[in-house]
Amino acid sequence: MMARSAYKGHIPEARANKSKKSFRLGYDFRTQFELKTMLWPAIIIIFIFDFVPMYGLLMAFKAYDPITGIKGIFTSQWNNFENFMTFFHHFEFWAVVKNTLGINLFGSLIGIPATVIFALLLNEIRNAKFKSLIQTVTYMPHFLSWVIFGGLFITLLNPDGGIVNYLLLKLGLINEPILFLGEPKYFWGIAIGTNLLKEIGWGAILYLAAMAGIDQSLYEAAAIDGAGRLKRMWHITLPGIMPTLMILIIFAISGMLNNNFTQIFVFQNPLNIPTSQVIDTFVYQQGLKEFQFASATAIGLMKSVFALFLLLGANYLSKKLTKSGLF
Amino acid sequence: MVGGRSWGERIFSASNVIIMVIVMLLTVYPIWFSVVNSLNTGDNLVRGPIFLFPREFTWASWQSVMADPGMLKAAWISASRTVIVTVVSILYTAMFSYAFSRSYLKGKMWYVAIGFTSMYFSGGLIPSFMLMNWLGLYDSYWVYILPGLFLGFWNVIIFNANFKAIPDALFESAKMDGANEYTIFFRIVVPLSKPVLAALSVFTAVGVWNDYGTTLYFTQSPDLQTLQYLILKLIQSSNAIEQMANTVNDNNPALAQLYSVAQGQGTVTARTLQLAAMVISSIPMIIIYPFAQRYFIKGVLLGSVKE
Repeated sequence: MMARSAYKGHIPEARANKSKKSFRLGYDFRTQFELKTMLWPAIIIIFIFDFVPMYGLLMAFKAYDPITGIKGIFTSQWNNFENFMTFFHHFEFWAVVKNTLGINLFGSLIGIPATVIFALLLNEIRNAKFKSLIQTVTYMPHFLSWVIFGGLFITLLNPDGGIVNYLLLKLGLINEPILFLGEPKYFWGIAIGTNLLKEIGWGAILYLAAMAGIDQSLYEAAAIDGAGRLKRMWHITLPGIMPTLMILIIFAISGMLNNNFTQIFVFQNPLNIPTSQVIDTFVYQQGLKEFQFASATAIGLMKSVFALFLLLGANYLSKKLTKSGLF
Repeated sequence: MVGGRSWGERIFSASNVIIMVIVMLLTVYPIWFSVVNSLNTGDNLVRGPIFLFPREFTWASWQSVMADPGMLKAAWISASRTVIVTVVSILYTAMFSYAFSRSYLKGKMWYVAIGFTSMYFSGGLIPSFMLMNWLGLYDSYWVYILPGLFLGFWNVIIFNANFKAIPDALFESAKMDGANEYTIFFRIVVPLSKPVLAALSVFTAVGVWNDYGTTLYFTQSPDLQTLQYLILKLIQSSNAIEQMANTVNDNNPALAQLYSVAQGQGTVTARTLQLAAMVISSIPMIIIYPFAQRYFIKGVLLGSVKE
């Protein structure tokens, strides 16, 4: 009923007069109260599940014993930066840092250009039906969980009856099956490759949306000047998606320390630990498997702080270089 | 479109189509491979992998998965939490975003501060774990529901852009007719925002259905396992498969004949069971995504990225 009368029935001048009044109405007690009651459920959930745990960060600076429970967070002794030092001196420290940065860095260096190229090529497909078929098919894996998608690849890479080993054997490239997930040297490649396959179609959507916003007359002008398809892609489409690309690069940099736990954990096994242990899995193992609450919290805190610096730094650089940034 | 059909153009188009077909095959083939393998008999599979169609077709593995009580229980947990969390969190997030998008909301800076803090800082895994313990949510069904009831500030930003795009005149005239904020929200904003609501609902549902972290971190009893977690265990240990085979054997003598898991032979083997479980549990998401697809560009991207 409300909606119907909103569409019809009011004379423009009357509306102009009353609209001022209605906006003043916006400031009255009742309106503010109603708006607040709409905000509260979310605020309560944020407060309990995001803000309350921040007290737990105190554990990072304390000699905390899990037996002491919640109270122990406040009563246990301060030990300053000892928990952090424990991490620095942990025998897995360098491997963890190297794996975290390596998988992310190479993942971005390969993944971002591959996705951009895929989006550029997809944009050049003229047949609308074929185009939407490609899109539909390529972003299907995005909707599968890592348990499923990872599980598929574990089966495909299986030395016993997996299709990859079968093909390699048939083609004579190898003499005996390779235990892909058991050999540390393959782990980065598997993590990066599967992630690319899972997300390439989805990642392209953002770029395609940006491309749709490019002024079509630019293409016509370029075509008249004799620019071919590749030239037009290079000189018009690519600069057109630059702001979007910059934002995604900022996200990639700020997420450098943040591996996809759900992916890594599925592929991880005791044999590939040397190259598969990343900060997120290390925190899980230290904290929930070995009950080193204090040091796990310290690592988590350190990660958040560095991630924030990376975000601010990347944003600053992006603003300097391209005049566009996140904030 | 301008531009002639020169040879260069044709070569470009042809190679473009070929590249696209290759990418499509790479993304979709693993899924097809597991479907056909799970529908083949296990002992036949040992003779070598199959590529396009089952050599010896059978539903036995699928039947075993669907008959397994553990699977059914897990599927129920996954499905129920997905529905509850999606419905309630979309409502809460949309309400928050509506109030947030009103220019006359007082104290907006506070909500911005709270929102951005929650986006970039968190206590991390261990403090959350302790909180769950303290609240009594550890190893309880509620751990799947309560923490997920608000989608987070990213989604507020998306909703906000969409709600602001609704012409002010609609709100003004509704107000003149005496509508309060709730009436405006449910009668005007919600019906006009169906695309973004649909898109975010699908994202949430997919996220919740696919989540196994909550189970891994915050539960331990077998009664609370989600489907994804159960499959993770199936993938990671052959033990779990034998266990599953045993529970089915106890419950369903007809199916028991199909097994001889220990030898890796028989109509149903560890391998076909794994694949069948993976395929079956991904069916809901595969069904849901084409429906949501038409809303993506309209609902989410135009509102958030552009303009």
